[in-house]
Amino acid sequence: MTEKPEVPDVPADLQRNVFLTTLDTIYNWGRIKSMWPMAFGLACCAIEFMAMMAARFDLSRFGMEITRASPRQADLMFVSGTVTKKMVPNIVRLYNQMAEPKYVLAVGACATSGGPFKEGYNVVSGIDKFIPVDVYVPGCPPTPEAIIHGVMRIHEMVMKQSIKTVPWYRRDQRNEAVPVPVLGPDLYDPRHRDALRQLANAAKEGQP
Amino acid sequence: MSDATTPTATAALPFSEAIPGAVTEVTPNGLVVAADKLCELATYLRDQEGYDYLSMVTSVDWPQYFEVVYYLYQVGRSRTGAVAREPLVLKVRLPDKSSPQLPSVCSIWPGADLQEREVYDMMGIRFTGHPNLRRILLWEGFEGYPLRKDFKEPYFEEPAKPFKSRHPDGHHVWAEDRVPWKDNVSYPIGWDPDLWTQPEVQYRKIMQVDRGNGHGSEFKTDRILINMGPQHPSTHGVFRMVVAVDGENIVGLEPEIGYLHRCHEKIGERNTYIMNIPFTDRLDYIASMSNNFGYVLAVEKLAGIQVPERAEYIRVIMAELTRIVSHFIAVGFLFNDLGAYFTPALYGLRERELILDLFEAASGSRMMCNYMRFGGVFADLPEGWVERARDLVWNRLPRVMDDFEKLLAGNEIFETRCRGIGVLTAEEAIAYSMAGPMLRASGVPYDLRKSRPYSIYDRFDFDICTRPEGDVWARFRVRMDEIYQSIRILKQALDGLPAGPVMPPGKKQHQIRVPAGEAYAAVEGPKGELGFYIVSDGKPNPYRYHVRAPTFINLTSLEKMCIGHKIADSVVILGAIDIVLGEVDR
Repeated sequence: MTEKPEVPDVPADLQRNVFLTTLDTIYNWGRIKSMWPMAFGLACCAIEFMAMMAARFDLSRFGMEITRASPRQADLMFVSGTVTKKMVPNIVRLYNQMAEPKYVLAVGACATSGGPFKEGYNVVSGIDKFIPVDVYVPGCPPTPEAIIHGVMRIHEMVMKQSIKTVPWYRRDQRNEAVPVPVLGPDLYDPRHRDALRQLANAAKEGQP
Repeated sequence: MSDATTPTATAALPFSEAIPGAVTEVTPNGLVVAADKLCELATYLRDQEGYDYLSMVTSVDWPQYFEVVYYLYQVGRSRTGAVAREPLVLKVRLPDKSSPQLPSVCSIWPGADLQEREVYDMMGIRFTGHPNLRRILLWEGFEGYPLRKDFKEPYFEEPAKPFKSRHPDGHHVWAEDRVPWKDNVSYPIGWDPDLWTQPEVQYRKIMQVDRGNGHGSEFKTDRILINMGPQHPSTHGVFRMVVAVDGENIVGLEPEIGYLHRCHEKIGERNTYIMNIPFTDRLDYIASMSNNFGYVLAVEKLAGIQVPERAEYIRVIMAELTRIVSHFIAVGFLFNDLGAYFTPALYGLRERELILDLFEAASGSRMMCNYMRFGGVFADLPEGWVERARDLVWNRLPRVMDDFEKLLAGNEIFETRCRGIGVLTAEEAIAYSMAGPMLRASGVPYDLRKSRPYSIYDRFDFDICTRPEGDVWARFRVRMDEIYQSIRILKQALDGLPAGPVMPPGKKQHQIRVPAGEAYAAVEGPKGELGFYIVSDGKPNPYRYHVRAPTFINLTSLEKMCIGHKIADSVVILGAIDIVLGEVDR
């Protein structure tokens, strides 16, 4: 800035304590320093998640030490572990219960793709088949450092968002819930309904 | 199947005088029992022969028949100091493969409850007379029985690994692209989602909620069902329990598990033997080293591999360090459940980090060590490792234990919350097939390291820690005492650690040759008897691979322990079992 702005009303003792920044930066800075993860663990990676919370790695350095057991109070969901078919309806429901803004971090190979258990009959090939994931952290399990790195990527992503464009302030926000999968003879994704019905009808016609 | 069976005269068959016709055949791996005489024989064995502890129930899918396998121990004899005989193995063969069924032994050994449900869930064998026979690891309505040999998962490629190339014509093929739904699902032909209703589990009926009336005649109270989990801060993972309460008192409880069922056994039967070692890490993910230990012991037993001296010592050192980690976490999170939010757990995690550093230095990985191999360990200890371990064992851990004793053990709130809560008597603990600290806290001095020593545990001087109370406090105390005993073993093992190779001489074998047969090997893991049951048909993959998961079986008594207590205590009782869902659900 070339011209110094005039600040006649600022008291003398405050004058050296005023910073100029953009609204986006201060808004996003506040959000990343108070991002509350959901206390939610699925499998082995949850133990490394706890190690990350504990003294040596210490996530509270990022202002994130408060975990919330209720999804309604949480901003960040760590999908930490193998997503099984029996569990995925609950995870999707938890995701739907989280209020915007919300972020999802897929911790480890299992949450990313099914990992070593991918071939299993009860394993979902990655949570991103159902809910949108912001950052994937590889590893089986990832070290706490790696998970912190993933958290920092989320922070970077948040810092790039603008208050003018974020969906949760828009008048036309849809806020549609992700369809919750159903436990049928196998895991049934409601998005497959039409295709499945066509097959069922074809099988009925073929039978008589 | 492969067992050479010799025709024996009827008179020579064991127990034929007491229950004629019960045992039909003697095989090297157990007695074959007629299904209709099973309960009669079981009652006799329990009451007259002292086989009071049903350690494991599992099943094998042979081409001609299903075989249900029972492992029986004489645990009660350890209380009187009498010498317990070798485990007795009973096998029931069910030739009717379309609708296999046999009588349940739940009424004889209540510890069979969850295990029979698991066999039903995985193999579709019905147990008549079981009080609550329904799916346990999968959900009601799931199509098929996964551990049957004809079950194919949606991503099925070939019956056994190693698979043929996944790069035909030099291109990678995604598993998703090979299957019709582009996902790990398959539906029965003609399945219409609109007509589907999921079979509902009648918890209300199971727990008699509708029948509810409280104490006293003048004041009628309703019973309520409360669901806890699978997303709940104090269920230690994705465990769910449905609790029926009358006011605040628990009148019924139903554990609901399987939310982390990762198909360990099915994948294990497709894998070659060595491929299973990293999967065992992920069973009880807090104690990966002792899982490795149990699995390699079972395969070594079957293949007859000798382990060099130094490797035996290293294995014991690793297993005991693992026990310390596991008990620190168990104690820390027990306090967490009581409301001492995170500080004791932080202390436990702090020591865990130091021990994990040692694991990382030796194996290259903090948590999933994948360190043991058939015949030894994957690599020798790096330079300076022993000195670091000595410093930890001699200087640091005893001081930390002093801290724990001062800060936690005498805490008044802790004592009032834990004394007299979730009591199991010794008889009940044995009947419910409890294992590990849970069993010893009920006053049963049973520890596999002493009663059936494996590896080189017979060389070390240590005590079995027991408490007579059988409540949550006793379980805490037993775990604390076991840390002291582990430190004792560690001191002896670190002092006695010999030089030498850590693998048997000769070329490194990746695909070991395992002769046909079956083996069961168990270690005293931090949470109890962790057993691996392996049936081999001589191929590179196990024909049947079953894990006797201690925490899974320990959950059988959860309802028994909780009934009559307040709902807040159920969390503490669960915390004292110290479940790890990776092992419960496998």
